Amino acid sequence: MSEVSEVEAPVSEDGVLTEQYLTFIMANEEYGVDILAVQEIRGWESATPVPNSPSYIRGVINLRGTIVPIMDLRQRFGLPEAEYGNETVVVVLKVFTSSGSRTMGIIVDAVSDVYDVPIGDARNKGLSDNQNSNFIKGLVTVNKHMVILLELENLLTIED
Amino acid sequence: MSIDLSQFHQVFYEESYEGLDAMEQGLLDMDLVEPDAEVINTIFRAAHSMKGGAGTFGFTDVAEFTHVLETLLDQVRDGQRAMSQDIQNLLLASVDCIRGLLQGLQAGEASDLTEASELKKQFEAILNDDAPAASGGGPETPKETDDNSDNGDGWHIRFIPEITLLQSGNEPVRMFRQLADLCDNQMRVTCDASRIPAFTSMDPEMCYLIWDIQIEKAIDKADIEEVFEWVTDDAEIIITPLSEKSEEQPAKVTQPEIETAPQAEKPPEPVVQAPKQEATKAAPKQTKTQESSSIRVSIDKVDSLINMVGELVITQSMLGQLGQNFDITRVQRLQEGLAQLEHNTRELQESVMKIRMMPISFVFSRFPRLVRDVSISLNKKINLEISGENTELDKTVMEKIGDPMVHLIRNSIDHGIELPEDRIAAGKPETGTVNLNAYHQSGNIVIEIKDDGAGLNTDRILQKAIEKGLVVEGANLSQEQIFDLIFQPGFSTADVVSDLSGRGVGMDVVRRNIAALNGSIEVTSEKGRGSRFIIRLPLTLAILDGQLVQVGKEIYIFPLVSIVESIQLDDLSINNVGGHSDVLQLRDEYVPIIHLDDVFSIDNEKRPIEESIVVVVETDGEKIGVVVDELLGQQQVVIKSLEENYKRVDGISGATILGDGTVALIVDISSLSKMSGASSKVLDGTHQAA
Repeated sequence: MSEVSEVEAPVSEDGVLTEQYLTFIMANEEYGVDILAVQEIRGWESATPVPNSPSYIRGVINLRGTIVPIMDLRQRFGLPEAEYGNETVVVVLKVFTSSGSRTMGIIVDAVSDVYDVPIGDARNKGLSDNQNSNFIKGLVTVNKHMVILLELENLLTIED
Repeated sequence: MSIDLSQFHQVFYEESYEGLDAMEQGLLDMDLVEPDAEVINTIFRAAHSMKGGAGTFGFTDVAEFTHVLETLLDQVRDGQRAMSQDIQNLLLASVDCIRGLLQGLQAGEASDLTEASELKKQFEAILNDDAPAASGGGPETPKETDDNSDNGDGWHIRFIPEITLLQSGNEPVRMFRQLADLCDNQMRVTCDASRIPAFTSMDPEMCYLIWDIQIEKAIDKADIEEVFEWVTDDAEIIITPLSEKSEEQPAKVTQPEIETAPQAEKPPEPVVQAPKQEATKAAPKQTKTQESSSIRVSIDKVDSLINMVGELVITQSMLGQLGQNFDITRVQRLQEGLAQLEHNTRELQESVMKIRMMPISFVFSRFPRLVRDVSISLNKKINLEISGENTELDKTVMEKIGDPMVHLIRNSIDHGIELPEDRIAAGKPETGTVNLNAYHQSGNIVIEIKDDGAGLNTDRILQKAIEKGLVVEGANLSQEQIFDLIFQPGFSTADVVSDLSGRGVGMDVVRRNIAALNGSIEVTSEKGRGSRFIIRLPLTLAILDGQLVQVGKEIYIFPLVSIVESIQLDDLSINNVGGHSDVLQLRDEYVPIIHLDDVFSIDNEKRPIEESIVVVVETDGEKIGVVVDELLGQQQVVIKSLEENYKRVDGISGATILGDGTVALIVDISSLSKMSGASSKVLDGTHQAA
């Protein structure tokens, strides 16, 4: 029994249903993605550029035989570019969309932590309607600081 | 006990389609005068198993329809009825009809029964024709009518199962339901519980009941027997016509003990009325089953695969052992092991590829029917010769080559082969021949479609092309170039637009489809002697022969098939047209030039043109020159999808993984030429180099 409930929705100590988020740091802010979407975390290695792709697509890599595009999340959000360093990692995410599943890697400054976030706790009030609000599911407060939860399906859809 | 039968539906469909193909082929091969018993048996068996399957899954429409078909086939098989052109046509039409019904079921649509009932009427007309012309001239009366002559009032069935009936997985209720369907619920079932032993000695898993079933409708005895077909060994079944039995029956059977039958007894009381709707509804209920394609693989291929995996495991454990206490003295053995591993993996890859290979007869087998139908509708006499049908090619390629081939064969029949009188006038045999051949040639599969018809009329093609503005008046074209015109979009020479061809959407689509498979098509023809279309296809879509080129820091792959030549440039041969587009003077042609780094926005320092290399590629019959920095090696590459996780990229057809694990992109030549706007539509023969 306990195993089943753990998979579906872990319960925090005070008995509230929670979801787990993997967080990472980018430009001093902490962002979170649904941990069930995370396939793996790997170090940055160079990718093969794809012609005429948006600038935030760094290229494609070979992930054990599958061709996986890599997105620079800083550029996706219009943040200033940063040098890739030792802590730069690629978080490989898999999302299920209406047209099947899609695997993509995002480049972030560094991975941070895993948090339990109570379901329905995310707030998106006060977010103005800018180009990035589409990518954001909501804001939560964990240990007194803000974590931005990302809406992966929109984030990983590449418009022409 | 409820098994989800829908999991077997896909298998049923596949087997049925195979059965239909077998029937079709048998019917077409059949000698109408002296039908081969084996052929008829094959057709009969196919129909029979389809009926059985359809019945099991509750596809009553299909089952009923195949039943009529089977009845007729049975008469033919028993020699009571001679095969005739009419019967053959009717059977072929019903093959199509069943196929339609099955496709409807598969798509989860309500089946359209108009065609089926129309055909059914025709069948019944033939079957009821009281004088079936016996082929042997023998005086036998049809067995069917003999058996069923006395089914006037209905039937009484006494069903005495062995007590172990339930253990063999048979379920009386199901049979009763089927009976109820047969007689439109006009039946009564009474249960005789007299066999039930004392409660203490009773085994709850045994079936002690005996049933009496009274059917008050005139149905075929054979149908009843069929319901009980599976239990004949496990039960005693007495079927008597109702008129005889009705007097003695009430005394014996009416035992009102049904209510008191012990609860432990498994079969529920035969509630026959209700389930009827359930049974008939079952068919349309399973909606939109996802079609999963599958292939049949010969056991040999699987065995060899297993052998290879076995070897791989041995090599792996050998290497594992070596790794556990490794020192430099064993380097030799390590190298040997790695060499073996490489050998194993290559073999394994090859045999996995082979699994996807199927004989081309899967495509060819549909053509006899096509040729027959088309030649009848055009009043032409045509003989189709097929050879090389065991040539194997990839299943994906096979699925995609079918339609272009249908088109070509129709074209050959429609435009190629002349009417019988014209043929005789031309001194040729009355019956035209269409020849279909397939063979392997240097890593490609070659498919030839040859006819001995009128051949391509170069004058008319040229005239038409000038009319359509494809060629400039007075152009000086070689015969090959003229033949090539028929593949241009919007080109059709048929004087009369028939329903088969002549809409002008034909050959260019054929060429495009074949090009999409990385293949090519060419045509040769001799006036009055016929024409020959030659399709060349790669054996598989998963692997491509590629030329690696370098542009800037990037490596791209060109499909080797589309490369005509690669040349080192010297400054003189490049001309600039109107300021921004370059052309290359290649012997007597001008070839538009595109710079790959421009088209793909690759960051590349401009180097003098003399240091570049032009790869001349051909697509849709046009040449373009692509400027790259360097030619690297040639190698076979495994094609991977870029769209799966990303999206379609213009100019790129896919990606592959190079030996060092990095990704290289494969250039899509035809979309490249569109991107650059380099394609020139008008073939201008006057454009001769000075």
